[in-house]
Amino acid sequence: MDAILLQILNGLDKGSAYALIALGLTLIFGTLGVVNFAHGALFMIGAFCAVTLQRIFTISRTTVDESRTDFLGNPMEVDTPYLEIWFGPEFGAALIDWSVPLAILFAIPVMLLIGWIMERGLIKHFYKRPHADQILVTFGLAIVLQEIIKYFYGANPIPTPAPSAFAGSFDFGAALGFDPMTIIYPYWRLIYFAFAGLVIAGVFCFLQFTTFGMVVRAGMADRETVGLLGINIDKRFTIMFGIAAAVAGLAGVMYTPINSPNYHMGMDFLVLSFVVVVVGGMGSLPGAVLAGFLLGILESFASMNEIKSIIPGIDQIIIYLIAIVILLTRPRGLMGRKGVMED
Amino acid sequence: MLGLDRKDTGLLAVVAILALFAPFILNPFPQGSELAQFNAGYPDLMQRFVIFGIFAIGFNLLFGLTGYLSFGHAAFLGVGSYAAVWMFKLLSMNVIPAILLSIAVAGLFSVVIGYISLRRSGIYFSILTLAFAQMSFNLAYSVLTPITNGETGLQLSLDDPRVLDGGGVATSLPLTNFFGIEMRATETLNLGPWAFQFNAGYYLCAILLLVTFYISIRIFRSPFGLMLRAVKSNQQRLSYTGLSTRPYTLAVFVISGMYAGLAGGLLASMDPLAGAERMQWTASGEVVIMTILGGAGTLIGPVLGAGVIKYFENIFSKINEGVLHGWFGALPDGLENAIVWVLARFTGEGWHLTLGLLFMAIIIFLPGGLVEGGRRSRALFRRRGRRGGAAEEDAAKQRAARPAE
Repeated sequence: MDAILLQILNGLDKGSAYALIALGLTLIFGTLGVVNFAHGALFMIGAFCAVTLQRIFTISRTTVDESRTDFLGNPMEVDTPYLEIWFGPEFGAALIDWSVPLAILFAIPVMLLIGWIMERGLIKHFYKRPHADQILVTFGLAIVLQEIIKYFYGANPIPTPAPSAFAGSFDFGAALGFDPMTIIYPYWRLIYFAFAGLVIAGVFCFLQFTTFGMVVRAGMADRETVGLLGINIDKRFTIMFGIAAAVAGLAGVMYTPINSPNYHMGMDFLVLSFVVVVVGGMGSLPGAVLAGFLLGILESFASMNEIKSIIPGIDQIIIYLIAIVILLTRPRGLMGRKGVMED
Repeated sequence: MLGLDRKDTGLLAVVAILALFAPFILNPFPQGSELAQFNAGYPDLMQRFVIFGIFAIGFNLLFGLTGYLSFGHAAFLGVGSYAAVWMFKLLSMNVIPAILLSIAVAGLFSVVIGYISLRRSGIYFSILTLAFAQMSFNLAYSVLTPITNGETGLQLSLDDPRVLDGGGVATSLPLTNFFGIEMRATETLNLGPWAFQFNAGYYLCAILLLVTFYISIRIFRSPFGLMLRAVKSNQQRLSYTGLSTRPYTLAVFVISGMYAGLAGGLLASMDPLAGAERMQWTASGEVVIMTILGGAGTLIGPVLGAGVIKYFENIFSKINEGVLHGWFGALPDGLENAIVWVLARFTGEGWHLTLGLLFMAIIIFLPGGLVEGGRRSRALFRRRGRRGGAAEEDAAKQRAARPAE
């Protein structure tokens, strides 16, 4: 029982990332009908928003402290971040410590802007082109974005720690009455899961309970009719593209303490999140979320030693295997709408 | 000739001349001069031009003719490489059995993958092939380590059996050969300051390129090729006429997989090792880029695209800041530094960026690739040459009046 619980928990954080990326992907597909291969790159850019903010926060003034010496006997140079100079050492240090959560505030406008530029500048011209062209041009864009990030931040992963308040692990075993120390789970992963839930709920509420969301849903169902009613649906779809970019970006920001960001993390996630979208059903938002969590959890179950000893290597291929089975037996995915991209 | 019409014979002849005289053509600059770094006529790179040319020709048979965009083609190349290295280990260092086995194994593998993937079309087909390729890649890295030697990659070792070569423990690693001619053998011809290298392995690859190119022309011009184009333009209508398209698409998928297997086998023949990274999806992406860059659906396009990309990868990436400073040394310092700084972002380490931008530009402005670009510019020049600027406007008007094709 406790082993099963542990695997479910382990699957949740990866599943959350899959679900968030897949949600954005399917949002773009459902509204604009575009297959966006650059979505992984947006996830990566979000992660680098956190890195950037951390770097901005730690811009320091170098002073020479005569009272201390380094190992060569010279007076030691001390770096003091400006934040600590301006806001006092305690508050300044706390700000730096909390740079990853604070990066959320930084990432939202940045990602909305990037999404808007991408849609207006490039994707707009590809609505009437075949899907293959859309895949290819966004694939090219992903390479370009990746290289730009690589130029500015280098090729190595950059550690971006979570706030020290969340550094430890939570002992689920003790809390739920199993043996203590059997199910331990880092706090930050719990935060990530909760955060993903919040973002997903936010997007659904936005679509379900606002007039804007209602119009967007109408546009997804029948774009032409909405346009005929005198509503500028293109503008709203552009905003939705920005929101999808922001969702991917937020997923990236919060993922940085779990895995240190590097320039190709986007590509690594992209392939999997496409599989997730397909399993969930093209254009179905609940399907994307469900499939994201499902595949994340299944992946972590498959990496259990007991299962690996029955079917060796299953942990490496389970996601793809499921995708193949789903695509062949249920063409429109778990929750896909009838008639959307079924051929 | 050979069942081709005059135009195709001409095309084949051009490719033959290019391939056979490549050591001259790719080495236009004398040894030791400033521009010698742009010479691409060394054996290793020439082999890559030709091998990836074969790979791209095969990919183009599938994508160019039927429009099925496979994102997992590198899997066949990887399987071919593994098969070839196993042949070297077990049977003989002769490349012929290795290449034959790599084609056969890749063919079998593509029958399985194609049979399943071709049930769906469009983006689902892309994702299915991608999923299969990633599965093969992950398995090659983990469980299949006894066959693939995991991360290290499959290599020759001194105590391989090599049944036909007499077996026994060798004192040094044997070399791949073609009935005694070593693949590494290179003759250098010195003509004044020029040095031209003729490599046995390259010529083997070049001859196979010509054969595969010829086969691809025949497929393009055959009734079978016509059927595949029909699949691309309207598969539904084709099914409504009572025709099952599945055998045709499966056949071309397998042929295309065998081309990839051949390329993989050749890669291993030139340098007998095989690694899983050859199967990764970025490798599949590369062949997609090659084909599109050159011109999907054209005969010569994929070869061109493969050449351009491999040239970029090997030559463009060598231009670092030092080289750039050498070029612009005559300019005033400030200007020199500015220009070098900007160019250095796109060359050397940054060549991937250039590649990405180039690829995007091609997709946006020239969906037909370099071949279409060449065609357009030729049409432009011809019109200019004949009647001057006034005709140009006429033609523009005509073009505007004609409905888009």
